[in-house]
Amino acid sequence: MTAVDETQAAGPQIGRARLRKEDARLITGQTTWTDNIQLPGLLHLAFARSPFAHAKIRNVDVSAALKLPGVVAAFSGADFAAEQGSLPCAWPVTEDIVIPDHPAMAVDEVRYVGEAVAVVVCRDRYAAADAVAAIDVDYDPLPPVLDIRAALDEGSPKVHAAGNKSYEWKFANGDLDAAFRDAPVVLERNYRQQRLIPSAMEPRSVVCAPLGEEYTMWSATQVPHILRFLLAAITGIPEQNLRVIAPDVGGGFGSKLQVTAEEELALLIARKLGKPVKWTESRSEGNLTVHHGRDQWQRIKIAADRDGRIRGLSVDLLADMGAYLMLVTPGVPLLGAFMFPAIYKMDAYSFDCTGVFTTKMPTDAYRGAGRPEATFAIERIMDDLADELGIEPLELRERNWIKHEEFPYTTICGLTYDSGNYEAATARAKELFDYDGLRREQAERAERGDPVRLGIGISTFTEMCGLAPSRVLGSLAYGAGGWEHASIRMLPTGKVEVVTGSSAHGQGHETAWSQIVSDQLGVPFEDIRVLHGDTQVSPKGMDTYGSRSLAVGGLALVQACDKVVDKARVIASSMLEAPPSEITFANGVFSAGTASKSIQEIALATFAAHDLPDGVEPSLDSDATYDPDNFSFPHGTHLCATEVDTETGFVKIRSYVAVDDVGVVVNPLIVEGQVHGGLAQGIAQALYEEGVYDDDGNLVTTTLADYLLPSASDLPSYVTDRTESRAANRLGVKGVGEAGTIASTPAVVNSIIDALRPLGVKDVVMPCTPERVWRAIEVARGAPQDAAAQHAARQSDQTQGNSPSAVIDGGGA
Amino acid sequence: MTQINVTVDGVGYVDQVEPRRLLVHYLRENLGKTGTPVGCDTSNCGACTVLMNGSTVKSCAVLAVQADGAEITTIEGLGNGGLHPLQAAFHGEHALQCGYCTPGMILAAVDLLRDNPDPSDEEIREGLEGNLCRCTGYENIVRAVRRAAAAGAEGARA
Repeated sequence: MTAVDETQAAGPQIGRARLRKEDARLITGQTTWTDNIQLPGLLHLAFARSPFAHAKIRNVDVSAALKLPGVVAAFSGADFAAEQGSLPCAWPVTEDIVIPDHPAMAVDEVRYVGEAVAVVVCRDRYAAADAVAAIDVDYDPLPPVLDIRAALDEGSPKVHAAGNKSYEWKFANGDLDAAFRDAPVVLERNYRQQRLIPSAMEPRSVVCAPLGEEYTMWSATQVPHILRFLLAAITGIPEQNLRVIAPDVGGGFGSKLQVTAEEELALLIARKLGKPVKWTESRSEGNLTVHHGRDQWQRIKIAADRDGRIRGLSVDLLADMGAYLMLVTPGVPLLGAFMFPAIYKMDAYSFDCTGVFTTKMPTDAYRGAGRPEATFAIERIMDDLADELGIEPLELRERNWIKHEEFPYTTICGLTYDSGNYEAATARAKELFDYDGLRREQAERAERGDPVRLGIGISTFTEMCGLAPSRVLGSLAYGAGGWEHASIRMLPTGKVEVVTGSSAHGQGHETAWSQIVSDQLGVPFEDIRVLHGDTQVSPKGMDTYGSRSLAVGGLALVQACDKVVDKARVIASSMLEAPPSEITFANGVFSAGTASKSIQEIALATFAAHDLPDGVEPSLDSDATYDPDNFSFPHGTHLCATEVDTETGFVKIRSYVAVDDVGVVVNPLIVEGQVHGGLAQGIAQALYEEGVYDDDGNLVTTTLADYLLPSASDLPSYVTDRTESRAANRLGVKGVGEAGTIASTPAVVNSIIDALRPLGVKDVVMPCTPERVWRAIEVARGAPQDAAAQHAARQSDQTQGNSPSAVIDGGGA
Repeated sequence: MTQINVTVDGVGYVDQVEPRRLLVHYLRENLGKTGTPVGCDTSNCGACTVLMNGSTVKSCAVLAVQADGAEITTIEGLGNGGLHPLQAAFHGEHALQCGYCTPGMILAAVDLLRDNPDPSDEEIREGLEGNLCRCTGYENIVRAVRRAAAAGAEGARA
């Protein structure tokens, strides 16, 4: 664990475990969540939502609602048909992708349970709840489309007139035929990435206030800048008349990287009525309508030599898009396309992904977005390959991974990994884990037939984050760049305002950015204020997702600080009567020989502007926009020990060691926290969480009573440590926000399989609930599959991942 | 409408409320006590936890009329002008990230330490299982409660 460093000692701030500036207001309840906002005459919205997975809308009657007390207005989708346009998809991944029209409120047809069909506008939230129940909608039900493996069959009901296939995207490099033809060992596996519900603790909320032709929107969003741009683009409201504010935002994990129906409608209703409006979702409404994550069927084939050398890898994915393509829906699986080869060298690789429509809530970014899926599949099959070849699983990985002296290394996918040291991270993890001791205990338990088996799970992961070089995004048909913006304002008193285009929602930017700027400008940490999340204060930004804030936004700060120093040097030169080339700058002080001026003195002199050299503007302020030239490639070795009770199927994580290499660390306390939280979400995918639809397309897991978000008592204590290889950027930093989630899911599942492999168990479908684990053991022991299935049918765990044939049938290849 | 008398963070209020009004909405919208947030609608998450007559309640599962005559302490009144040892410990152990669950988590921990001033890690984890956090993975929350317990023990000895 990290010791706090609040000492006043001189020296760099980067690397110190500073306590967070953000905490003071958060621990005392002085917060600015969007739902806190009250405005004079504020009206409340509530939505009538489809109870059908798929239906024609015959009629929407809001007249009864309008008669209720406190109801100001009520609208159906038809009332906004002329102005609502289509919610945006910013990532048309192929030329011939099908991007269906996506109205904010359905007009003719609904395609998932929860889709908005009408809205009431009321004087308070209780009146709105009453009124929404009085809306009468007449539906003509249509057959739902729920299984992406069957959705591409001829004769399947169609989600959209154009059919159920959105796109097929392919990548290949090397001679795959030769690799698979010549390799003595070929394994093929099918894995299920279940649907997840991101579940940020703060439900979504939006407030929109008109002032003449101008609109201010507060939203619980990760992306105020993207939201402003796209709302302007789809509504025609001039961008300069739209201000978006992300106040305190209670977590996102990708779920608030979106332009939502409710945000657009709040704007349109505020415009129509000329009144401020608010909408805050309930959790059960959010589970239905906040975009979901994952939901793929994966088929992976690996070809290897007898000594374990990987020859080729082939991946076919079916990815559930849900009913519509939202902001980056189709691109999410492709963020994994380049990550299946992970840290391993090979001769050939192919990737083929088909995006399929269903009558479910759309999927989109959720912590890791594509890379957890890829990492899971490769790390799972590496363990199976090790078993097949009789090679120790860490040894197999080492035989294939990129050696530390081989960096920078260009992978089979064409990515150039700038730095890494897999040997160092693995050695440290083995040591902290007592790898050899646990292997001995595992053997002893198996030997004596202990009903509680020990399993050891390995995940030697990497990932690509820090989205992203704009040119690369362009080549992938993404709709925007990947730069980030920063401004520095030197105030007359020598204090500093830092404006960042990234938009924190729990990550601690106010603290970490202060540390970076303190080092660059030599001003005290305490004298720096970080501003973000308001397009009027911070007019330019690409916001926060994809572990990009530090790896992109942090470097924008450095560039902005450079410009301040350059400007100050000219003024210092005049004040110190020495040529700029003879002026040195260190620790906030400009010196020429024995004479010196602090940056604060220069800031004051610049403000006064009495004695500036001719032609020098009286300002030290700066703006910088940084476009990265590569992705960021954090990596690490995670080891998980589980005890698996073969009589009950109960899995207990006994120890979890995470050694991560995230490059240079700005604040070890924050980094450790990011890893902890990431681990929790990845472990939750392995053991607990699944968004389940029933056979009619109703979401079963609409509440936190049904969707098992782990509590403190469900999760283990983690051992975390770091190794460090500098990234090839000026700070040497890599992203960290998603690493824990990406790494941990396969580590946990690998440990369960490792425990049960001697019993013949080859796979357990996630989440690995006690029942599923127990059932896998029963089947492996020779219980007829039907009997086990019948037993399972009597249990409560009747979820999709539990379907008896957990394999891809046909599609996708 | 029903009249209620309620003391919140040391201040007395007399209000007319609809009988169905939830305590959390009364706190947030009638009194402006927005430090107490709402995270779910099934009383699973615990974000809205407050102390009612000294014991934790989930204020989304209590009607405002049920609080008639009660004394409520929210995160805004907990420190009594300064920081409560648990607030200080959450800051000191980096036990929060987005901070949305934090008010409820801290108040649940207050109740936990009152029942069990020297809990083991496992007891802390079990004691807080009615409060969900999506950011921290709970590791530092457990450390913070342990730290506050130790500080409390020290305070008791002094």
